[in-house]
Amino acid sequence: MAAQRAKAPLRQFWRTLTSMRTALILLFLLAVAAVPGSILPQRPLNASKTQSYIDDHGAWGTFLDKIGMFDVFGSVWFSAIYLLLFVSLVGCLIPRIRVHARAMVRAPLKAPKNLDRLPESAAYETGHTPDQVAAEVKAALGPRWRKITREEGGAIAISAEKGYSRETGNLLFHVALLAALILIAVGKTWSYEGQRVVVQGADQGFCNTVSQYDNWRPGRLASEGKVSPAPFCVDSLDNFVATYGSNGAPTQFRADITYRKDVDAAQQKTSITVNHPMRLEGDRVYLIGHGFAPELTITMPDGTVRHDVQPFIPTDANTYYSEGAFKEQGKSGANQDVGVSGFFAPTPADDGNGVITSVAPQATNPVLGIMVYKGNLNYTGLPQSVYSLDTTKMTKLGAVNLHAGESKTFDGVTVRFDGWRPWVSLQVSHDPTQGYLLIAAVAMVIGLFGSLAVRRRRVWVRISPSRDGSTVVQVGGLARSDSGNFTTEFAALVERLNERSGRVRDQRFDGAPV
Amino acid sequence: MSGINGSMAHLSDSLFTTAIAVYALAAVGFVAEYAFGRRGRIAATVPAAVPARAMATVGGGSTDFELPPVTPTLPPAEKRSFAERIGKWSLVITVLGVAVHAASIVVRASAVDAVPWSNMYEFASVAGLVGVIAFVAVLWKLPALRHLGGFILLPVIVVMFLAGTVFYSNAEKLVPALQSYWLAIHVTLVSIAEGALMTSAVLTMLYLAKSRYDRRIAAGHSGGRFAVYAAKLPPAATLDKAAYRIVAFSFPLYTVAIICGAIWAEAAWGRYWGWDPKETWAFIVWVVYACYLHARATAGWKGRAAAWVNLAGFGAIIFNFVIVNVVISGLHSYAGLN
Repeated sequence: MAAQRAKAPLRQFWRTLTSMRTALILLFLLAVAAVPGSILPQRPLNASKTQSYIDDHGAWGTFLDKIGMFDVFGSVWFSAIYLLLFVSLVGCLIPRIRVHARAMVRAPLKAPKNLDRLPESAAYETGHTPDQVAAEVKAALGPRWRKITREEGGAIAISAEKGYSRETGNLLFHVALLAALILIAVGKTWSYEGQRVVVQGADQGFCNTVSQYDNWRPGRLASEGKVSPAPFCVDSLDNFVATYGSNGAPTQFRADITYRKDVDAAQQKTSITVNHPMRLEGDRVYLIGHGFAPELTITMPDGTVRHDVQPFIPTDANTYYSEGAFKEQGKSGANQDVGVSGFFAPTPADDGNGVITSVAPQATNPVLGIMVYKGNLNYTGLPQSVYSLDTTKMTKLGAVNLHAGESKTFDGVTVRFDGWRPWVSLQVSHDPTQGYLLIAAVAMVIGLFGSLAVRRRRVWVRISPSRDGSTVVQVGGLARSDSGNFTTEFAALVERLNERSGRVRDQRFDGAPV
Repeated sequence: MSGINGSMAHLSDSLFTTAIAVYALAAVGFVAEYAFGRRGRIAATVPAAVPARAMATVGGGSTDFELPPVTPTLPPAEKRSFAERIGKWSLVITVLGVAVHAASIVVRASAVDAVPWSNMYEFASVAGLVGVIAFVAVLWKLPALRHLGGFILLPVIVVMFLAGTVFYSNAEKLVPALQSYWLAIHVTLVSIAEGALMTSAVLTMLYLAKSRYDRRIAAGHSGGRFAVYAAKLPPAATLDKAAYRIVAFSFPLYTVAIICGAIWAEAAWGRYWGWDPKETWAFIVWVVYACYLHARATAGWKGRAAAWVNLAGFGAIIFNFVIVNVVISGLHSYAGLN
């Protein structure tokens, strides 16, 4: 008893959850919930912008952060809405699939008593016999209608139905949608994304392992080490081409690289452009950024000479004015480390106050502006950014702007600007389900076209002998759901029936000739 | 303007302006037909007078879009045909406008040597063209809606005017991210779907006006301040059905457009979906129109409630086009406005 009483509200809940009205409200909620994800900065897209937004908005920012407004599509409430929608959809689909499967094998329904009460109806009289008319009706309907003939006392009734693919399409769409959602979730769990900066030239390449990435974003299973990355290596960036139109907008980016399919394979060459990633072993390698890497020759305080090349990060996306740093360790504990921080202006221009900026993204007699430091580079021993210096325990020796080939000596440290090389930022992406997801998406579209373009309709024909020896034919039609141009279709069908079965005259349903 | 044919780009601009003028002329004609024609009043009052047999064999129900046969109770024929002649000529002028408009786009394409819909101006131009074509296509099936031409052309003229002034950008070569055949596929599908949905939204607004009028009349009130105009609208059911048909046509296209966008994003940006603002709003638009399709099949939501959902969907399209392009920055920042 108690168990039954407990079941009733549960069943009620299930019924409510799987009702169309609930699904509709959940769909609405899903649309509304996505809005803040486009208006507020999102941490997965732009972490630094998000942080500065939070800092600018004080308690309000912290509150928004607490309720997940800066990661809307990973938040509990967004997940809750789509999971409920998912369950609601499953609960709605299972009975509908059952009903449709039954309808597919069952014969069309018996003819209703009064065909004239249907939205479409017509009646006429003919001299052909009922059996002849029955054959003619079936011929007129053609093979596309599913039909069954039944005896009704003295009359013959033909039930015909068409447009089953509407519901088939509808169900296909929703099942494919469910499959797509599952595939997305599975793909996310097994996926990873790694980024790596590669400077043009030898000894700058990397292999596809976690430790060699500058930035690594794994899905859950990948972060647990359960996904082993494809074993390819990008050995070198051989050449990088960037071309620009006269308005300064880029017209082409191309990275020519040397790679191996796996560690023991032979080297191969290929090009990666913006819309054409390299596809290898289920991984894709994208060209997502580029910049300039100045080359320096640094004479250390103890007289040793270092050659170094360091990628600088563009801080202006239009002019490629870039910033970065060089770090040369001296003897440990001797306070003889040399640090160089600075900017690289590809097409330099003096703003009139002696401050150098860049006016174009191409390297045209570029200027490297540097500040040189001596001291202890990493007194904390913690990992540091390679693009900036911690100058807490360093002494500034001086600053200078250099063109390529120029050098400057500061207090026992000589820095020579040898030149520059391009670098590219490559992203390796892995998502094992995206191919299947495309199949699911295509199935969704096929289902959608079926469910919106096809209309389910039924036609019944009752053929009965009249008292004067002729035959009375009554036709009724009903379009389920959107009736579309069924009226025209029905009229055309009646016209065909008239021709085939030799109409003598129209008739009213009460049996009186018109 | 490297690699850009300047005189061609200029010709395209002139054709664009001409198209606006031609549409404006047609719109005036349609409005005249609407104001002076009798079509609406006939449609609203005559069905009861149609002989019962015609209803039983051909008309059958309320879903017939053809006008009922002319009965002797109607006003003299020559007065009716004057407004109708204006309407017919307006349609001819509209088709002429479509030709000029299409020519402007083709010429721009040859000027930039790519499909010309890579910024807001170009997209708005294409979507406006599709909106007008969608209306002409609707007339093919439902000629009784012709006198509504003004309602369709006015928003198109507004969109084109904004495109030619506020959103205008010079013809330029494509940046690397746009150098893909997916530009032609993805953006063409989006502009066809959204242009058609604009026509659907206009018909939905007219449906809401008409059904409000019908309810007032049924409740014994006067038709309201705009009764003269509302009375001339086609039956509410006709407007509702036409609006639905356009969504039923556009929604699968929009779905394909999003999928093509995802395929392109996979090649260009390294992931098929990343909740970029434009992607997020495409998702919102898609979900809202999905709501509309479901609402039309749900008891208690049919009719006016569903119509409001349709308008919400179009509102989301406008937001995605104007606000997301101009205010919110994202990967889809190709507006061409600086």
